[in-house]
Amino acid sequence: MSIADHQPEEFVKIMLEIKDLHASVDGKPILKGLDLTMGPGEVHAIMGPNGSGKSTLSYVIAGRDGYEVTEGSILFNGRDLMEMEPDERAGEGLFLAFQYPVEIPGVSTMNFLKTSLNAIRAYRGEDELDAMEFLKFVREQTATLNITDELLKRAVNVGFSGGEKKRNEVLQMAVLRPSLAVLDETDSGLDVDALKIVGEGVTGLRSPERSMLVITHYQRLLDYVIPDRVHVLADGRIVASGDADLARELEEKGYAGFSKAAA
Amino acid sequence: MAVTQETVQTVQEVEKYKYGFVTDIDTDTAPKGLNEDIIRFISARKEEPQWLLDWRLKAYAHWLTMEEPDWAKVGYPPIDYQDAYYYSAPKSAEDGPESLDDVDPELLATYEKLGIPLHEQEVLAGVKNVAVDAVFDSVSVATTFKETLAAHGVIFCSISEAVKDHPELVKEYLGSVVPYSDNFFATLNCAVFTDGSFVYIPKGVRCPMELSTYFRINAANTGQFERTLIIADEGSYVSYLEGCTAPMRDENQLHAAVVELVAHKDAEIKYSTVQNWYPGDENGVGGIYNFVTKRGACRGDDSKISWTQVETGSAITWKYPSCILQGDRSVGEFYSIAITNNFQQADTGTKMIHLGKDTKSRIISKGISAGKSQATYRGLVKMMPNASGARNYSQCDSLLIGSECGAHTVPYIESRNRSAQVEHEATTSKISDDQLFYCRQRGIGEEEAVALIVNGFCREVLQELPMEFAVEAQKLVGISLEGSVG
Repeated sequence: MSIADHQPEEFVKIMLEIKDLHASVDGKPILKGLDLTMGPGEVHAIMGPNGSGKSTLSYVIAGRDGYEVTEGSILFNGRDLMEMEPDERAGEGLFLAFQYPVEIPGVSTMNFLKTSLNAIRAYRGEDELDAMEFLKFVREQTATLNITDELLKRAVNVGFSGGEKKRNEVLQMAVLRPSLAVLDETDSGLDVDALKIVGEGVTGLRSPERSMLVITHYQRLLDYVIPDRVHVLADGRIVASGDADLARELEEKGYAGFSKAAA
Repeated sequence: MAVTQETVQTVQEVEKYKYGFVTDIDTDTAPKGLNEDIIRFISARKEEPQWLLDWRLKAYAHWLTMEEPDWAKVGYPPIDYQDAYYYSAPKSAEDGPESLDDVDPELLATYEKLGIPLHEQEVLAGVKNVAVDAVFDSVSVATTFKETLAAHGVIFCSISEAVKDHPELVKEYLGSVVPYSDNFFATLNCAVFTDGSFVYIPKGVRCPMELSTYFRINAANTGQFERTLIIADEGSYVSYLEGCTAPMRDENQLHAAVVELVAHKDAEIKYSTVQNWYPGDENGVGGIYNFVTKRGACRGDDSKISWTQVETGSAITWKYPSCILQGDRSVGEFYSIAITNNFQQADTGTKMIHLGKDTKSRIISKGISAGKSQATYRGLVKMMPNASGARNYSQCDSLLIGSECGAHTVPYIESRNRSAQVEHEATTSKISDDQLFYCRQRGIGEEEAVALIVNGFCREVLQELPMEFAVEAQKLVGISLEGSVG
């Protein structure tokens, strides 16, 4: 009997396992030996100064072109992410909330959501939802995020305010129900009210089956989304890890000490 | 069997005709080449009256004096007009494939993607045994349509039938919008046109149905020189859908059609086209040369003509659906999507000629180029001295996919009236990596993502199409761009 036939309990409990990850952009090394392990339902925060490699990490996980992995591995639910196209990773349950959500002129938000959900359902061998089923399902999600039908009719992110764009990201997460959500600076560009709506929206999506990797510069989003673990990223490596208190400590003392430690 | 007998009989009858050929005639094809005798042969086969034959011959004589235009931004080897067949009767059922199993699987895959029902697939592919059924079927469908239409006084038939049954209408309007001397390809069409559609909507009648499905089935056998004439009498309305939504593997290279529209006072004609002729393969081999002249005359006050086109096929497209706005307050519209991929070339646009007072025109053109293709928008807006208060708005957007294609915008504006207003906007953009990655992160595959983004880019035009057509057109956009990324 091989290992694959009978996996030990501990193995199943790992949702994301990043080992010694090195990645370059345009030949320039950005990630330099990053390790990270997350279990199902856990919320981890990655904090770090500008240029520490936070966004690179999110793009590498999602599989963006131009982000070249030179060493190391990423296993997602035991499967090698590096072998998969970005859309396959999404089908496997990976979701990235973008720091700068992209505009798609002429494509209504509703149509985009439906195309996306049905593509993922098709990947998983599930039936597509018809228009009525889909509408009902989306309306259940929009209520808590304060998203109107009018917004759903508008072209994806075109003319959206900063708050609307981020709420739209959270709506997509709610509709697609990923098992791992990477939130890349989701708090950036939000005023206090918008931060509250987004923060509560994200917290509402916490579940034992869903892990979240919250990438942020500031601690403020973590007032709403309380992390199980906090990691400090500096110069392409995790240089410190701790519980939620570490985030508050960073807020007070800044990253200076950690950046030096990495150097 | 009956079909064969009929063909033989017809040929025998033709041979008796004094201008008919007695030698070297295949059962259903005229000899290669173009001369007066060929034109007489076509006219005779169609049992046309003398005036129409005279008109054809006049056009032919004029054509001999003309030179093929070379101003369009398209390149192709010289066409030998003597090395082509100008009359070929629809192939008999005997030549068709035995069943769908014998049809090119690539063709069937495309039908499948377009969601064309199986039965219709068989008709389009010309399957032998089924075709007889299907022809029978379509005849009965056509008859049902004709009865409904006849109850409203609408005439909808082939132009050959119209020549026989409504000669006075054909004589009055044929060549009245696109005269026989108009341009090289239109003049050639006048000389050798074989068939096409004829529509007449009487005064005050709103045509009770979109004139579409019947034509679509019929289009499978339409020849390379179609001639279409649509007349909307005072206060009438008609929406006409032209084209085939599946690729037609046509051996003939040259397709030179003419479409004439006439809208009288308070009448409206909406003419939609989805053109998906064979574009050639990915190396640019084969494909249709689509040289088409389409023009509408808004003859009466407050009339309106609206052209909507989705051009995805053909190796070369040369086409400028135009409006002559004669009546005061008449309106011309042109909504266009032109997609080129691989080695396709499209030079397309419109002409809006403002003659009447307070006439309005609106041009929305969306060009998408991929592969090594070239797409040109070429448009003329002309304000004549009497067109006081006339207005035009033009918007030409180009989208590039990849780095080896080209998009060109050539607007011509002539204004001879100080009170006329002309506005022109143009943009050129590329599908960004950001957009593609965003879609793919949401689980949408690369080709589907391109189709989604391009459909968004084209939305303003797609929404002008009748609902049923719009769905097919959206799918076609995706299919046309397959293989354009990655």
